[in-house]
Amino acid sequence: MTSQLITTDVLVIGGGLAGERCAIEAAAAGQDAMILSLVPPRRSHSCAAQGGMQAALGNCVKAEGDSPDVHFQDTVRGSDWGADQEVARIFAEEAPIAVRELAHYGVPWTRVRGGKNKYFIKGESVEIDEALENDGLITHRDFGGTAKWRACYAAAGTGHAALYAVDSQVVRLGITVRDRVEAVSLVHDGRRCIGVVARCLRTGKHFCVLAKATVIATGGYGRIYGRYTTNATINYGTGAALALDTGIVPLGNMEAVQFHPTALSPSGILITEGCRGDGGYLLDRNLHRFMVNAEPEKQELASRDVVSRHMEQCIKDGNGVDSPNGSHLWLDIRHLGEKHLTTKLLEVFDICRDFAGINPAHDLIPVRPTQHYSMGGVRVNKDGEAYGLAGLYAVGEAACWDMHGFNRLGGNSLAETLVAGRVVGARVAEYASLTTLHANTEVAFAALAAAEARATTLLQREGTGRSVYEIRDALGEVMIGKVGIFRNGDDLKSAVEDIRALIDECSNVVLRHKGPGANPELAFALRLPGMLRLALTVAMGALARTESRGAHFRTDFPLRNDREWLSRTLARWQPDAGAPTLSYEPVGLLDLPPGHRGYGSDERIEMQATIGEYNDAVSAGQVGEGRLATFEPFGSRLRQSQGEAR
Amino acid sequence: MSDKETTAPRRLRFEIFRFNPEDPESEPHIDFFEINERPYMTLYMALNEIRETQDSGLQFDFACRSAICGSCGMLVNGRPALGCRTLTGDLPETIRLHPLPAFKLIGDLSVDTGTWFREMAERTEAWIHEQQPFDKDAQEERMSDDIAQAIYEGDRCIECGCCVASCGVANLKPDFLAAAGLNRVARFMMDPRDKRDDADWFEVVASEQGVFGCVGMMACADVCPKELPLLEVYAYLRRRTLGTKFLAD
Repeated sequence: MTSQLITTDVLVIGGGLAGERCAIEAAAAGQDAMILSLVPPRRSHSCAAQGGMQAALGNCVKAEGDSPDVHFQDTVRGSDWGADQEVARIFAEEAPIAVRELAHYGVPWTRVRGGKNKYFIKGESVEIDEALENDGLITHRDFGGTAKWRACYAAAGTGHAALYAVDSQVVRLGITVRDRVEAVSLVHDGRRCIGVVARCLRTGKHFCVLAKATVIATGGYGRIYGRYTTNATINYGTGAALALDTGIVPLGNMEAVQFHPTALSPSGILITEGCRGDGGYLLDRNLHRFMVNAEPEKQELASRDVVSRHMEQCIKDGNGVDSPNGSHLWLDIRHLGEKHLTTKLLEVFDICRDFAGINPAHDLIPVRPTQHYSMGGVRVNKDGEAYGLAGLYAVGEAACWDMHGFNRLGGNSLAETLVAGRVVGARVAEYASLTTLHANTEVAFAALAAAEARATTLLQREGTGRSVYEIRDALGEVMIGKVGIFRNGDDLKSAVEDIRALIDECSNVVLRHKGPGANPELAFALRLPGMLRLALTVAMGALARTESRGAHFRTDFPLRNDREWLSRTLARWQPDAGAPTLSYEPVGLLDLPPGHRGYGSDERIEMQATIGEYNDAVSAGQVGEGRLATFEPFGSRLRQSQGEAR
Repeated sequence: MSDKETTAPRRLRFEIFRFNPEDPESEPHIDFFEINERPYMTLYMALNEIRETQDSGLQFDFACRSAICGSCGMLVNGRPALGCRTLTGDLPETIRLHPLPAFKLIGDLSVDTGTWFREMAERTEAWIHEQQPFDKDAQEERMSDDIAQAIYEGDRCIECGCCVASCGVANLKPDFLAAAGLNRVARFMMDPRDKRDDADWFEVVASEQGVFGCVGMMACADVCPKELPLLEVYAYLRRRTLGTKFLAD
């Protein structure tokens, strides 16, 4: 029996890689850390990351000359200049440390084999002599949108290996993990976040956890796209929804939604970019490699947003492969050979066999671009502090830290979880060590009572109408149909109306099952309103952004517009408002000036201000907010002591 | 597959174990459901269809739905399996589903594997016992790719609990480490980064709770969804622990 109120120093919501790494940092610094997780941590969606983790170690021949600086530039180009470049810099410099730390934790990274190695590069079989002195170092594979081979990997189970290694450290440090627990609201007094109200998914009971620092690490919001996502069934965007519910904390760039080029059609299960990195082809219905003409330089290994658009266009042009489940294209990895497929791409081999009944050594794989990653999330500064509430942090996919801008490069998310977990975890520990627990039980019990009342209202409501699951499915259709890869003003307006109607419908939804205990239908009914609000935030952000940048592509505004839109969207949802309020901030200091990405369109609307003028405005804005000048290494700590948020 | 699509879909009959420990009025029993089979239907699709259209109180666990996360172990016609990758087309029209035994029941098909695996990890100290603290400025230690691949093979376990549920010993003796636990131990044993020696390992696995508790029925190897080489794992552990004993003598 759980008490109604428990306390800890550092509370982490979410047991994936980012959350666990953050908790490790706090616990190692002597803080009492607690993790709440929907599932046992090793079942978190981090385990589904397959192909690799980007870090510029430069250990194999095709990685020679790589450095954090090249990684930084690739990341900013990949983001279509939407990223905060200071964060991208921190990230690129810390990523090698994070990879090596994972080796220290026990990840069996694939290693360099000195001597002759056979690779497939741009359709050619190539033999490369790896230096004997590099034998046994962590090796790399190619991924999309990178100048060098940089992705470190453990077969196609990199996320699994990383998560098990990191969780082994959580066990070692004795960090409390409460699994099958869902956070349902943040407890705050308008200035400071002091914890959460959570619901136990075993018993259905609500309780409060009060903490000095609260970290949102709940992952992405892919499930607002219904079944049109590679994401696990548990990726509801819970943490972003809780932050939005405060009315204070903004979400950043919610319209930046990534579609992965190669999800298995129709199930939507991810097939790693490592397939193309290792030399796989995309083929149309005539078995033609359409990416060679579309992107002569990078071919199949342009960034995900670019490849996904070419694929959808190929299907629109009538060159998709017809099937009872809609059109798809082919991924061809037959030429890599069965040995390669059953070692370095073993998980892909298994998925093809188990879910499509095919052997990728002999058969083509049916694929279609599918929602995959949420670049947007809880807007935080470089230290991971959420805007607006002291003591609230966010890390990983749940956060908009913002190193991905409008398109994330493959392998950068796994690296982000570990880097941000380390960097933000250190700040969280520091903050917690300097503050005392604000056990404002009046606020806490009011939040607890409100959460319980919400559940009771749902259980008591009688009537008819569509079920929570039918509303969820309707949302998924709206999102894939009108807020997908190709967007336009008319569709987006229509999507906004549709989602608002679904929000109204959801506010009167009636449960079929009213039994005691966890009640899976009630659990879903409690999270559905948050999913709908996130969806509306995505659609409204996309409607307002009249340009095309990265994964956000408007057919009615097809050019990137650095003159008007070199900015980050912020969305806040005022209490009792029917929709979020949008505002904008600069992307941050520009180090690499906006230019051509090296793939995709070279046309754009140039910025009018000079880089110097833009950066002066950014610095002035930051100083105005009370931040330290940005030459300070991580650049975002506040002048006022102990992190009172702005 | 084209044959299946042209013939009338089968009517599947599900017999599902039900019990909600949180409901004082709930008694363990079997409920019956019927749905139409669809092409490539998995138990993930079937169970969700039943919950969403017939009984929204039905409890079960899925997350990744791609046989990676290990959430959805259950007894399918008496045999432990992952629900997400079990095709109804491979099963008869009547499909009996029970929760995995050997784990604490949460409700219906949902069991508490998380607590079991955490306790196992704590008991066997299933983390690298490193030689040196991490030096963030140092290049990574070298490892031959062959050793990395061998460790990865053992590391592939997804802790679904199917082997535990299939194990006659684990069902009788709650403290038996079972194949998942012993495979985890073997994974660290072969890792050169772990400084524990054979005497340390002897303490962990050379007991009734460890490798000598196994009576050799090896159902674990038959049901493992990841097809881990569990026979070799047990042989490796016996060899290592016996070697220790002889050395000690």
